[in-house]
Amino acid sequence: MTTRIDARFAELAKEGRSALVTFLMAGDPDPKTSLDIVKALPKAGADIIEIGMPFTDPMADGPSIQAAGLRALKGGMTLKKTLEMVRGFRKEDDTTPLVLMGYYNPIYIYGVDKFLNDARTAGVDGLIIVDLPPEEDDELCIPALKAGLNFIRLATPTTDDKRLPAVLANTSGFVYYVSITGITGAAAADSKVVGDAVARIKRHTKLPVCVGFGIRTPQAARRIAEKANGVVVGTALVDALRDSLDTQGQATTKTVAAVADLVASLAQGVRGAKQAAE
Amino acid sequence: MNPRLPNSLRTGPDERGHFGNFGGRFVAETLMPLILDLEKAYAAAKADPAFQAEMNGYLKDYVGRPSPLYFAERLTEHLGGARIYLKREELNHTGSHKVNNVLGQIMVARRMGKKRIIAETGAGQHGVATATLCARFGLECVVYMGAVDVARQAPNVFRMEMLGAKVVPVQSGTRTLKDAMNEALRDWVTNVHNTFYCIGTVAGPHPYPMMVRDFQSVIGEETRKQMQEAEGRLPDSLVACIGGGSNAMGLFHPFLDDPSVEIFGVEAAGHGLTQLHAASIAGGRPGVLHGNRTYLLMDDDGQIQDAHSISAGLDYPGIGPEHSWLHETGRVTYLSATDDEALAAFMLLSRLEGIPPALESAHAIAKVTELAPKRPKEHLMVVNLSGRGDKDIPQITEILKGRKQ
Ligand SMILES: Cc1ncc(COP(=O)(O)O)c(C=O)c1O
Repeated sequence: MTTRIDARFAELAKEGRSALVTFLMAGDPDPKTSLDIVKALPKAGADIIEIGMPFTDPMADGPSIQAAGLRALKGGMTLKKTLEMVRGFRKEDDTTPLVLMGYYNPIYIYGVDKFLNDARTAGVDGLIIVDLPPEEDDELCIPALKAGLNFIRLATPTTDDKRLPAVLANTSGFVYYVSITGITGAAAADSKVVGDAVARIKRHTKLPVCVGFGIRTPQAARRIAEKANGVVVGTALVDALRDSLDTQGQATTKTVAAVADLVASLAQGVRGAKQAAE
Repeated sequence: MNPRLPNSLRTGPDERGHFGNFGGRFVAETLMPLILDLEKAYAAAKADPAFQAEMNGYLKDYVGRPSPLYFAERLTEHLGGARIYLKREELNHTGSHKVNNVLGQIMVARRMGKKRIIAETGAGQHGVATATLCARFGLECVVYMGAVDVARQAPNVFRMEMLGAKVVPVQSGTRTLKDAMNEALRDWVTNVHNTFYCIGTVAGPHPYPMMVRDFQSVIGEETRKQMQEAEGRLPDSLVACIGGGSNAMGLFHPFLDDPSVEIFGVEAAGHGLTQLHAASIAGGRPGVLHGNRTYLLMDDDGQIQDAHSISAGLDYPGIGPEHSWLHETGRVTYLSATDDEALAAFMLLSRLEGIPPALESAHAIAKVTELAPKRPKEHLMVVNLSGRGDKDIPQITEILKGRKQ
């Protein structure tokens, strides 16, 4: 079965370029603005959209994404409303792949089967769940694959060659390589080191490899795009969104454009890169 | 020898770290290789007589074990029922049971060649124990503590700093223990190559709940022996307070297969179970946080709720996974005590026995005042006195001053 993610990477391979994958928190700073931003992303040059499911205790995220989650929760965001937001987006766009990223507890409480069914019918293509390693695949990964959703796994610098096959076994869509040992928003890794790591992962899988954590500028995005099939940018976008808010933390007329403009310049960086390593 | 009964309650967790439906390893991929290493290192240590011998040496001469099992004669007379014994964990070096576990984990960290230790702390007792053993073994020590707890447990913050530890006040989230644990996990993800995370209770990803339980089981093992010596038989009931549940698990575990022993865990009911509290079993349901599935306080959307207790050490929205399982199997009965009941129990034990308990332990004493009078005079009840009240005296003084005005 081909998913929207598979189709998108096939197109990009034909164009001979890497993907720009953008991350924002659902409902940040409020549900309506958040949907407006997500709608603006494909036009600005995002190839794949990751949407964060807000959680009170995001133990692998840095201060920016943590704060974004709390802003969203304060604005009344829930998992149910996140799925509604996906539905809103799908009314206008039936091709851009959409991946939900977050932590397991809200899904567990929503109910795994109900969540998978609602996510699929809403138009979600894949899931990245930070606190579900392959050791816990029975929880959500296997049911998600059966439901026709991609389950995208993180590989990290601590995932050695011995462990990689276990990590890749039930992974689909793409592999998300976390370029540093650390939390989101930490310093970027060197592109040479990243290139070696991507090559190492590619010896184990045919899946596209996207690289994230610590990429903030068009220049950095370009350097990584030369080595990987995709570049994931999150914290920089969340920071641009935050900086556009008023003193009460409310969206302003500048908010949507602040994010879209940064995405456009990152997209230029990615498009300026030479063909990704194959 | 300790024959393993076929249907023993003491054989958990399974090889994947599950106690029934609870436990597991719900962590970021970055940490998984390290957690698997730790599991191997701990299994090797456990099987190594040299490790056990070294540990027993430190338990005896550095920690001061065995801790006494003291017959609380005046409390017994006052309540007019069961004969009440106090297991005196507050007499350990550093003032609580926390040191038993920290000693064990630091010895494992040394075997693994780790030079940097991180910990989270609520009341500060686990932080003090960690800072103490890091000083003893010359290891770098960083302790994460919610900013709210830094303010209400000032004496312990000074102590940790004096011992050479760096105390990091955590400003994120609710600025209490759960946020300190998030922050410690973030540090660990970042510094995974040289850092050992010393978890303070029977929670977190496998193998922590099992490992911490094993290190704390010395409490219950001593209690068995001491009660045999004092009364010639097993106790009839056990009572301990529960934050994450390590002092309770340590006392309970060696008795789980003795059906004649009634077991009670006491959670913090804060302002009351319908208001702000920290009673995960009484007021929560199963969910996934901090690496394990267990009972948690949360809202309908699966967002973790703030816990509240007068006692910083009980102020956690979860409980160790083995307790969740013991609750569902019905082996242990989980009760709860409010802030006011704990304060009253603090005063009672101070006045009757000359022993000010930690506010955490006072929750257990509070339930003893309800349970003991209903039991016959030959009933033997053991309460775990998990820590001493010195650290809480400034806070209690403030509260009492406020009430007089
Ligand atoms: C004296 C004392 N008792 C009990 C606790 C609660 O921890 P646990 O439930 O793991 O025993 C603490 C935690 O800080 C403590 O300091």
